Amino acid sequence: MKWSRRVIKYMIEGLFTLSGGVTSLVILLIVVFLFKEGMGLFTNPAVEKGYALCVNAANPTGSLDARVVKQIFDGEITTWEEVSEGKMTGPIALFRFNEIFSRYTEEELGEDYALLSPRLQEVVAGTPGIIAFLPEEYLPPGQEVVKRLRAGNITPGSFFTGGEWQPTVAPAPRFGVLPLILGTIWVSLFAIVLALVPGLGVAIYLSELAGARARGWLKPTIELLAGIPSVVYGFFGLVVLVPFIQKLFSLPVGESALAGSVVLAIMALPTIITIAEDAIRGVPRALREASLALGATHWQTIYRVIIPHASSGITAAAVLGIGRAVGETMAVLMVTGNAAVMPRSLFEPVRTIPATIAAELGEAPAGGAHYQALFLLGCILFVITMVINLSAEFIASRGQGKGVGA
Amino acid sequence: MIETKHVDFYYSSFHALKNISMMMEERTVTALIGPSGCGKSTFLRLFNRMNDLIDDTRVSGECLIDGEDIYSKSVAVDELRKRVGMVFQKPNPFPKSIFENVAYGLRVNGTRDRSFIARRVEDSLRAAALWEEVKDKLRESAFALSGGQQQRLCIARALAVSPSVLLMDEPASALDPISTSKIEELIASLKQDYTIVIVTHNMQQAARVSDKTGFFMMGELVEFGDTKKIFSDPVNEQTRNYVNGRFG
Repeated sequence: MKWSRRVIKYMIEGLFTLSGGVTSLVILLIVVFLFKEGMGLFTNPAVEKGYALCVNAANPTGSLDARVVKQIFDGEITTWEEVSEGKMTGPIALFRFNEIFSRYTEEELGEDYALLSPRLQEVVAGTPGIIAFLPEEYLPPGQEVVKRLRAGNITPGSFFTGGEWQPTVAPAPRFGVLPLILGTIWVSLFAIVLALVPGLGVAIYLSELAGARARGWLKPTIELLAGIPSVVYGFFGLVVLVPFIQKLFSLPVGESALAGSVVLAIMALPTIITIAEDAIRGVPRALREASLALGATHWQTIYRVIIPHASSGITAAAVLGIGRAVGETMAVLMVTGNAAVMPRSLFEPVRTIPATIAAELGEAPAGGAHYQALFLLGCILFVITMVINLSAEFIASRGQGKGVGA
Repeated sequence: MIETKHVDFYYSSFHALKNISMMMEERTVTALIGPSGCGKSTFLRLFNRMNDLIDDTRVSGECLIDGEDIYSKSVAVDELRKRVGMVFQKPNPFPKSIFENVAYGLRVNGTRDRSFIARRVEDSLRAAALWEEVKDKLRESAFALSGGQQQRLCIARALAVSPSVLLMDEPASALDPISTSKIEELIASLKQDYTIVIVTHNMQQAARVSDKTGFFMMGELVEFGDTKKIFSDPVNEQTRNYVNGRFG
């Protein structure tokens, strides 16, 4: 009897230890997976995978920067003088792969496109100023007339400081995450600015002013607010808030950073209220009594003693509110308009990191540069939220030294 | 002068104080003694209406300070608390500097005059026998002080708003013997200017510092009289047992 009980005890203990270990391991693996996939981005060529840029063999240009390639294909750079430091002259002749079908008839390209490569070679050889964007599969074989440009890899510098997020542009997609990072921070920070004053007000009301009855129904209501699925907030924002903002500020579109901030502010309120209220309730009774016993009024006690004492907890509440806002996906995706541009005002559409991942991962080919760039965005988000949580913890722990000394 | 006439006090349905009538003269020290839960702290907290902070309490009878019923509707509680200072069982300085702790009562009073505040702070710290120890570190945190110093700081803080009455709720129970004797000396010197009511568990302390002593039990004032008489020749049998340490 006794030993069987002991065996069961060991088994249960082992089970708990195992589940704890497995959970930690899974979380660790997810992080490792995230970073492994994301870091792969920088081994990608700047030009879309499977494609190559070719020039006439007489062209001395050996390689082109990804940014320059984009400008060339956008028509912003039109002569070789601008890119080759005088080694090559004349206008740039753009050639995209599908143009071959307008230059040659199907018969000329042969059965099953067997003659496609030689035809491409003809085109490249016949145009000295050409730059051609071709699939590697059909790359012309003649090394003496066609030269393949060396394309550098996507660099961390262009990724983190690039101002353009155009992941599906050919031939050189642009992965500049700065607009997304700034969009995220912009929307989240303004959300906290909006949420902090009412949140703090409610926390003070709940902990200091509300009677037992008001508290009894208000507190569960606020906690309920935290449990509403974010898509519902997004729906509310889309149907109510977006048209309202559009009308109020007479904007062309209501989907804007402001709409995102307001929705996030509402979503961050329960977090802020709950944590700030805990902090205020945590102020020792002795301090309250000391202040009141000196003839301070309730309000004087609140703003001279209680709020200063709870300030670290209140700051932690704000920081955790930001953390909640930064990671929020669905509601923001629905109301911010999702334009991946540098945020310039609150009334323009912006796009956040989570919204980008959610919107684009489905259409990014697995293993491709776009796919890896989205994973790297996930890594950035992970780092941002980790920093936020750690700083909240740090702020809260620093405040614990403020107890009443005996 | 503090006077209570037939005071009853209830925590919801619990009858905590029963028909207490008592008179405490000006510039005397009155000690309130009795076993835990006898109502002596509740009684003390009547005089600055600290019991108001607890929900669902009720008081009846008259509670007079200088002839004025402090539970009448016309009394502003925060004004009353400026006249009736309190020192708590555990030192409870604010997480502020030593100077700001003492200046707090003046500041919430609306005093702006810096030199006046500085003078009051010094006077109060001197009156609490703490000035010499802290005069060079007024800007340091109050938590840097020892427990005994913190308690004297709390006394100085209460004195700064110039009360006429000082309520002390076991002011030395959290302190070591040396700090305790300093507090007791302090009480003896403060007696010249203030009416002091002190709750204490320590019988020797009551005997040493007080002029009058009231013995409470189960919410009733069992005996009240000169301290010497209470400790040497009490009328009531329960009082005799208690002061001789037979229970409590």
